[in-house]
Amino acid sequence: MNADKRVITDEQLQKLIDVLIGAGRRVLGPVRGDGVVVYEDIQSVNDFPVGLTDEQTPGGYRLVEAADQSYFGFSVGPHVWKKFLHPSQIELWRARREGENLIIEASGGNNETYAFIGVRACELAAISKQDRVLTGGDYVDTHYQTRRENTLLIAVNCGKAGGCCFCASMGTGPEVRGPFDLALTELSPADEHLFVVEAGSPAGQELLLEIGSRPATEHEIETAKSIVERTALTMGRSMPPDVDVPRLLADNLLHPRWQEVAERCLSCANCTLVCPTCFCTTVEDISDLAGESFARERRWDSCFTMDFSYLHGGGVRNTVASRYRQWMTHKLSTWIEQFGSSGCVGCGRCITWCPVGIDITQEVQAIAGAQTG
Amino acid sequence: MTGRQIRPRLAVWKFASCDGCQLSLLDCEDEILGLAEAVEIAYFPEATRAEISGHYDISLVEGSITTAHDAVRIHEVRRRSTKLIVIGACATSGGIQALRNFSDVTEYARIVYARPEYIETLSTSTPIADHVRVDFELRGCPINKRQLVEMLGAFIAGRRPATPAHSVCVECKLKGVACVMVAHGAPCLGPVTHAGCGALCPSYNRGCYGCFGPKETPNAPALSARLSELGMDQRGLARLYSTFNANADAFRQESEKYDQQDGQD
Repeated sequence: MNADKRVITDEQLQKLIDVLIGAGRRVLGPVRGDGVVVYEDIQSVNDFPVGLTDEQTPGGYRLVEAADQSYFGFSVGPHVWKKFLHPSQIELWRARREGENLIIEASGGNNETYAFIGVRACELAAISKQDRVLTGGDYVDTHYQTRRENTLLIAVNCGKAGGCCFCASMGTGPEVRGPFDLALTELSPADEHLFVVEAGSPAGQELLLEIGSRPATEHEIETAKSIVERTALTMGRSMPPDVDVPRLLADNLLHPRWQEVAERCLSCANCTLVCPTCFCTTVEDISDLAGESFARERRWDSCFTMDFSYLHGGGVRNTVASRYRQWMTHKLSTWIEQFGSSGCVGCGRCITWCPVGIDITQEVQAIAGAQTG
Repeated sequence: MTGRQIRPRLAVWKFASCDGCQLSLLDCEDEILGLAEAVEIAYFPEATRAEISGHYDISLVEGSITTAHDAVRIHEVRRRSTKLIVIGACATSGGIQALRNFSDVTEYARIVYARPEYIETLSTSTPIADHVRVDFELRGCPINKRQLVEMLGAFIAGRRPATPAHSVCVECKLKGVACVMVAHGAPCLGPVTHAGCGALCPSYNRGCYGCFGPKETPNAPALSARLSELGMDQRGLARLYSTFNANADAFRQESEKYDQQDGQD
């Protein structure tokens, strides 16, 4: 399998971007935002957050200078690839009155093609989970499906674990597995800026042929491997080992910890909206003042809002404790019954981007501790 | 699905307020002509001197109740309105002028006016819902014009307005704005504040000021605890919650916890 590992230079990585843009794709990757790394359109390797890294704690994120000029020396930030595959807001259909008739037209169609550069292992795992949820059953979300089919995934093995990362304990990283077209490992940019690269699909192989590459040496392959191994050993957090989490949660639905966490929880919905697997949406109907044209819009929703569980007469989950429990038990327990795997990929975004720093791994630990203790 | 035969009659009423919310209606520009066609603007002193007396299908009420006269007048408005919709922070919570509720209003009058004996006012500023039944509340200081048009469109069409009561955080995330509290340590009321502004301040790297008042199920004590960790002192916390919606329950209860009687400077 070592024969599959090739090496490209930063110039060839630039060529990759050029080739993808030349093929009419929107190339999206990490760029420096306002104090954060965000996912936006890129044209050049210089658009990457070169020489920057991040420090992440529960409820805290700071972008800081890195020790070297790496392109990918940071961990996952506030943006999630689902913003392109499963957009936050989309119009589903539109209608207008014409005399006595109502004309209804589908909307929200999308012809764009994409290439994501810099997809991390946890994010690939998350895309696989959303594939299962949104296209794997009887009712396919065609908006997601179209975007997904039109997307090339160029992954990056993590050279640094974030302070809130726990993918190693979820079995989703830091080494990329998932459905990638190309997977890169960035070697130290001290001398020559090189990337070990591996194709994961025929499309990826073709791209490699087009941009050129050379076989990786044994040393380079070993170096790339050790980078990922080191990342696995420096995870900021871990899901408690030796705990059957799905079972634990299912057996503790009345645990006093739910009430404790509710006292800290803002029910602001941040955790769900930064989660790369959370997929829930709601629809809103709009009409103009004249009553002549109408549209149905879909937008991200969250199990932390009251409207989410609204049935005739009111919401079902009135307490914050019941909403937090719904989110966490679905993510870590009932998702498995529903979709065949855990809904958590260990990216740690829900921990970093919780304004009050609630830590899902600690919450599990608290319930497990009180169980055994 | 037949076209409307009779246009609903709309009235716009002003109580204690700065007129900013009424101006949001005039500010609708592109939509204002459509609105004038969709409804009969029967009473709107800010826009027209024409006045049609009688009954109104929709009354928009701006402002809070701060005088004995207004406390009576609002009942008259209620009596003459099929739907009474309150717009803006003054009408929904008492507004910035509800800071008097935490203080001595005669003292204020003495400081501000040369002849305070001419001033006849209540000791409190209270929301419209404290006085009469209200059919719908549109939040904001000022209200958001997109939400205003949406709400009017919904009432005219007989559907539910899409003005969700969730946090401003949801609006940040829909727009892709990174959390200013997490990324910059900015004090932000977004997690306890009602959505509607489109995350205006966080989009410019400022914390939310809470112009739309408390969201559904707000947890201000948990937010205050975090803001204390980030370095905000008690006085800062008391002031954070004491702005345009100071009198809204969740904000009032929180500011009163931290208020150390810090004078009127």
